[in-house]
Amino acid sequence: MMSEEETPEQIMSLPLDAWHRAQGARMVPFAGYEMPIQYEGIVAEHEWTRTSAGLFDVSHMGQLLLSGPDLDAAVEAVLPIDLSTLKLGQQRYSLLLDENGGVLDDLMVSRWPEHLYLVVNGATKWDDIGHLREQLPDDITLNHLEDRALLALQGPKAADALARHATGEYPLSALTFMKFGQYTIAGHDVTIARAGYTGEDGFEISIAADAAEEIATLLCGEPEVKPIGLGARDSLRLEAGLPLYGHDLSPETSPIEAGLIFGINKRRRTEGGYPGAERINREIVEGTPRKWVGLTLEGRLPAREGAEIFAGDTQIGVVTSGGFSPTLGHPIAMGYVDSAYTEAGTALEVQVRNKRLPARVAKMPFVQHRYFRGS
Amino acid sequence: MSRYYTEDHEWIEVEGEAATVGITEYAQEQLGDIVFVELPDEGAELEKSKDAAVVESVKAASDVYAPISGTVIEVNSALEEDPALVNTSPEEDGWFFKLTIADESELEGLMDEAAYKSFVEGL
Repeated sequence: MMSEEETPEQIMSLPLDAWHRAQGARMVPFAGYEMPIQYEGIVAEHEWTRTSAGLFDVSHMGQLLLSGPDLDAAVEAVLPIDLSTLKLGQQRYSLLLDENGGVLDDLMVSRWPEHLYLVVNGATKWDDIGHLREQLPDDITLNHLEDRALLALQGPKAADALARHATGEYPLSALTFMKFGQYTIAGHDVTIARAGYTGEDGFEISIAADAAEEIATLLCGEPEVKPIGLGARDSLRLEAGLPLYGHDLSPETSPIEAGLIFGINKRRRTEGGYPGAERINREIVEGTPRKWVGLTLEGRLPAREGAEIFAGDTQIGVVTSGGFSPTLGHPIAMGYVDSAYTEAGTALEVQVRNKRLPARVAKMPFVQHRYFRGS
Repeated sequence: MSRYYTEDHEWIEVEGEAATVGITEYAQEQLGDIVFVELPDEGAELEKSKDAAVVESVKAASDVYAPISGTVIEVNSALEEDPALVNTSPEEDGWFFKLTIADESELEGLMDEAAYKSFVEGL
C-alpha cells in the first residue's frame, strides 16, 4: 500500500529523516516526503528481508482514529466492510470507493476499544481525510494521528527480534496474522499489528513520533535486523502479488476486476449500502470484462508499468506494475487483461520498447506468503 | 588514449579511429542493481546525445546516450550473461559498445576526468 505520486509543492520530512541519513540512506521524494529508497542496495535489502528481518519506515502513511455515536453504521455507509464481524483486536483490509465503485484508496481497519483505527496510503491520505470528513456524519470524530510514526518489521526473524523488546497484553506468539495488541517497547506505549506488505511474517508498529529514533535504533541493534528502503519494499510486494495504489489500483479500476472481492465483506455483497455497491454487486454476479493477473517473463528484461500486453497481434491488456524478481531471478509483472486470457499458463507477449517478450499468466503470489497464523 | 565524460554520466575512451563507451562509477551507483542492458545492434548508426542503450535496474529503466555520433562496431556480449558487470566494473569490464568516430570535433565539448570529477562533486 504505497504510491509515489509526488506533491510538487513542498517535500516534507518524516520523524526518522536524520536517522535514515545517518544509516547511509539515499533519500528521494515519495508521497510528499523525503524517504529512503535504499541503504546498501535493493537486491541485498530484498534478500535480507526474505531471510532475516527488515525495518521499514512507513510513517508517510496516514494513521486515522475514528470515534463517535453509531460509529459502525456510519463507517459501513462509506466502506464495504462488515464491522459486526470485526472484533476487538482484529484488523481487516478494506477499500475506499467512489460512487461508481472506483478505488480511491485501499486501507486497513482495526477495532480499538473505543475507536476504529485506519491506516491509509501516504500519497492519498489528504484526499482520504477530505472524503471521509465529507461522507461521515458530523458527530463522528476523525483524528489524524500526525504525531505518530509507523514502522514495519518484516521477515522470518522479525518475531524473534521484536520479542526481545515488546511486552504487552499477550505474548507475540499469540498475536497471529491480522491481529493487533497494545505493547510496551523501551517504556513507550506502542500498538503492534501482525501484518505487512512483503508476504513475510511481520509487524506494523505504531509509535509516538518522538520515540521513533530510539525504537528504530533499538530494533536495528538486533543482529537479525537492518533498515530497508522503499526500493526493496516495492520488489517484495511485487513478489507477494500485492497491489500498489496509484499503479495497480485507481478510480478507473473496480475491486472486482482487481481480484479484491475479499475487500467486499460477505454481508455487504447482498445488502449493499456502500458507495458503488450497485456496480460492484453486479460485477460479482456477472464478472468483469478484464481482470488483474500476474505475468512471468522469460529472460532478464523487465516489463514495467504501461507496457502493452498482446495475444497474437491484438492488444488485450496493459502492465500496471513490473520489475525483476530477486527471489525468482526473472522478471515478473502484474496487469489487467481481457478476461478470456486469465487462466494460469496462458501464453501472451509484452511489448517493451521494440521487443515482444514472451510472458505467461501466473498465479499470484509469485513467492509464497509466510504469514503467521498460529503454531 | 584519452577518456572523456558527459554530463549524463557516460564515459568514452578514444583509441585511434574508434571509441569505447560505458557508464561511470557514479552512474552505476545511482542506478543500483542492474539486471539487464539493452545494447545497440552492431552496425547501428548512433547520433550524438540520442538514445544508444537502455539500462534496467531493479528500480527503473534508464537511457544511455551516445556521447558522439558514429557506427557501432562491437558490443560487450558479456553483459548479456552478467549485466551486474556494470555495477562491479563500470569503467572497465562493464563497457557497453565500441563505435567509429564520425566527427572528431564532437569530442571537444566533452569533459576530461578532472572536469567530470568536479562536475560530480557539485551534484
